[in-house]
Amino acid sequence: MSVAPENYVALSAVLFFIGVVGVIVRRNPLIMLMSIELLFNSANLALVAFARAWVNNAGHIFAFLVITVAAAEAAIALAIVAVTFRRTPHVDVDEVAALKG
Amino acid sequence: MIVFAILALFLVASALFTVTAKKPVYSVVGLLVNFIALAATYLTLQAEFLAVIQIVVYSGAILILFVFVIALLSSGTRAFSLGPDRMPRVAIPGILFAALACGAIAVTATRTSLAVQPTAGATGDANVFGSVANFGAALFTTNLLPFEVTAFILMVAVIGVVLIAGDEGPAGVPRRKKRRSGPREPIVKPEPLVR
Repeated sequence: MSVAPENYVALSAVLFFIGVVGVIVRRNPLIMLMSIELLFNSANLALVAFARAWVNNAGHIFAFLVITVAAAEAAIALAIVAVTFRRTPHVDVDEVAALKG
Repeated sequence: MIVFAILALFLVASALFTVTAKKPVYSVVGLLVNFIALAATYLTLQAEFLAVIQIVVYSGAILILFVFVIALLSSGTRAFSLGPDRMPRVAIPGILFAALACGAIAVTATRTSLAVQPTAGATGDANVFGSVANFGAALFTTNLLPFEVTAFILMVAVIGVVLIAGDEGPAGVPRRKKRRSGPREPIVKPEPLVR
């Protein structure tokens, strides 16, 4: 018994929504990055669901590329976070105001 | 359908926990549950290789990276609070996006063109679809150029990380010259050469 692709797309939308709320609401850069990972994952879920619906491999390939880019993004973003917040008492993106005019 | 419902429950609950957790470490745990549930969801969608990759890359590499950075930045983190000054700028995009998402779901659920039969417009064989052999053949023949671009992206990412975070030598010695704390000497123009 198979599940219709709409269900997967709806689940993907819900996960994307949760991730967007996390990016907007949270001020901790690490949790914001994890929310971005949630966004990547929800997009991947939609891609894989549509690949299954059309029995086409392209969705899988694209999801694979998205995973790779997500890994690169996480590495670079975490390096920036580690350098930026090495000496601050609170890890909070609101405190990054060095370039504020 | 029951499996999908359970997995969806796990996915949504762990995502909510990730977003609302007080400390980043708890978020990592929520994210771990989310990734594993998503890998299981990939399995129900016949994406075997992606399920394995999901576990290896996300739960294995990216989460470890997060844990390392959290351990590195063990400075005090503020408790999660949604202050009144932050409400308006959160509520408006939140409501907008919720409306958008509901509209998208409604459109998706009503349009029959999305619910294709597996044979309509199918480009692959349903029997071998999603297997590792099928995925690898597609990755290394049709999509070879994107695959190599991916390798290039990873190399650029590694170089970027070393450039950004590799400021200190192995023994904690700064590699760059320390800037003097005193005032800089005024720049003196060199005397013109007198012959």
